[in-house]
Amino acid sequence: MSNALQTPVAPPRNGFSLGKIWTDKRSRGVIIQIFATAAFFAFIFWLLRNAVANFETLGKPFGFDFLWQESNYDINQHLIEYDSRSSHFRAGVVGVLNTLLVAVCGIVLSTILGFILGVLRLSPNWLVNRLSYCYIEFVRNVPVLVHILLIHGILVHALPGVKAVLKGATDDASQQFFLTNRGFYVPRPIFESGIWLVVAAIIGGIAIAMWYRRQARIKQADTGEQSPVFWMSVLAILGLPIVAYFLAGQPIQWDAPVPGRFNFKGGMALKPEFLALWLALSLYTAAFIAENVRSGIEAVSQGQTEAAHALGLPRGRTMNLVIIPQALRVIIPPLTSQYLNITKNSSLAIAIGYMDIVATIGGITLNQTGREMECMIIVLSLYLMFSLTISLLMNWYNKRIALVER
Amino acid sequence: MSEQQSELSAAKLAVSDHEMIRIAEMHKWYGQFHVLKNINLTVNKGERIVVCGPSGSGKSTLIRCINRLEEHQRGQIIVDGTELTGDLKHIEQIRREVGMVFQHFNLFPHLTVLENCTLAPIWVRKMPKAEAEDVARSYLERVKIPEQAEKYPGQLSGGQQQRVAIARSLCMNPAIMLFDEPTSALDPEMIKEVLDVMIELARDGMTMICVTHEMGFAKTVANRVIFMDGGEIIEENEPQEFFNNPQSERTREFLSQILLH
Repeated sequence: MSNALQTPVAPPRNGFSLGKIWTDKRSRGVIIQIFATAAFFAFIFWLLRNAVANFETLGKPFGFDFLWQESNYDINQHLIEYDSRSSHFRAGVVGVLNTLLVAVCGIVLSTILGFILGVLRLSPNWLVNRLSYCYIEFVRNVPVLVHILLIHGILVHALPGVKAVLKGATDDASQQFFLTNRGFYVPRPIFESGIWLVVAAIIGGIAIAMWYRRQARIKQADTGEQSPVFWMSVLAILGLPIVAYFLAGQPIQWDAPVPGRFNFKGGMALKPEFLALWLALSLYTAAFIAENVRSGIEAVSQGQTEAAHALGLPRGRTMNLVIIPQALRVIIPPLTSQYLNITKNSSLAIAIGYMDIVATIGGITLNQTGREMECMIIVLSLYLMFSLTISLLMNWYNKRIALVER
Repeated sequence: MSEQQSELSAAKLAVSDHEMIRIAEMHKWYGQFHVLKNINLTVNKGERIVVCGPSGSGKSTLIRCINRLEEHQRGQIIVDGTELTGDLKHIEQIRREVGMVFQHFNLFPHLTVLENCTLAPIWVRKMPKAEAEDVARSYLERVKIPEQAEKYPGQLSGGQQQRVAIARSLCMNPAIMLFDEPTSALDPEMIKEVLDVMIELARDGMTMICVTHEMGFAKTVANRVIFMDGGEIIEENEPQEFFNNPQSERTREFLSQILLH
């Protein structure tokens, strides 16, 4: 045994000879790869040259200078300053931000809803798991475009018009929320100088919660005592900013929407296009995520629960320490696909006039400038960039929690 | 302290000091199917009991009732003075004192061998980590695989995994150990290494109930052998008597079938 350790036996290596270059498995693999790569790039080069040449004969030189021309169109929801005199480039940035806004909000809401629905689906309570089952089966079997149109239709047609709301509004200043078919009018926060104290308290609260978690772990390792980490974290992250808010003399003013003659003054409006797209994408994707979560938890064998219970671990701890860490490995890869889907499905925005990247650069800009090749390249590469970023992050996370075998 | 103790003893039912498990007139059904019929069994401290019988006779179900992995519907099960009812506190208390080894090991694949062994002592017994690791290493030493502590279960052989599972149960310092066909999923050459560990455990005076087909093991270590068929205890005797002079026809038939091999 000790002898074997001192002189490790190396795996045998085949000697190289020119005569065997085509019959040897490894060298043949390398040769095939070289030829395949060369052929692939030659094909791409031919495609591009062909396209550029054809555009030139049409009198349409290839280039991106049109991006700096005036856009001449309005966008109803813009997170940055924008009007019709801004450039196409700026319109594109507005579109990108709108896409990212709905994708990120959608990912957050669908994940929360999906996990809740997935766990309810496994509930021993008959009514609860049947309700979850019906929701999932109804929602995921209707195309997402129908969901978007349906919710948009409800928001636009079932809600009263601005005029009707204005007419019905009383002078009573206590009403600060107005539901109309042109948007959900809510008070707009105005931050005053003391706001830095609240922001600092939020950051401080998170830092304290992380520190407390670390200390609790060290304390448990040293003495075995367990601390209420969850509740202390909630207290630090929520409590501290609230205290800071009052200490700083309530530095957030609310600019409530006030009914005027033709429209609301002040406040801000959540547009029905955004609400419809966000809700439809989230509700739809949540149904798929719920199934991923359910299959992930069910993939962990019953024996794991039994072993944990036999050791005296209570239900909650069994879930947190044994089931969830193993279920996540099954959940993460399909969850990545769902995040990619929600990001790409957000391009259906164009159906209800939500101005995302497809509606701006891929839509109005394309029609006005006639630069279809350039616009489609921009839209394509942007989606590719978003998707690859999500994939990269999720794959990194998946690798971090992967199982060691052999 | 004394007050706490008197409270504790008051909570324990009146049983003799030596009695670890008492099962009285216990029945269990799976839906309409009557799995266990009128089971009566008393196990004293330090006793080693082997349960055998044809498959489907309810052996596994019986020992799984002792730590409430299965629920019984009628009768009484008292473990170490605490009765098993729907009371979750009592169930958790009993599970802390009763170790169990499964046919398919059921190690936690996402934790190292050492973490498998320290998980319950840390989270249930509230033991400091260093102490839990010392305890775990000493038990891994005892099952003869101290060098595998940092590996993951997937990297071990079946016999090694089962020995880790035994060590994991022992780390909770249980009063009773239940073995549910611990060698049935193992290759023949690995059975011996697991049985050796179990024999050593028996010699140290552990109270054990083993569901197994290893009749050699039964002859070596058991105080009593129980034969079950059709959800009933058919026969219960000392190993010598049980193997040489079985009382019931069904026992004779069963023994002739397995001993012929």
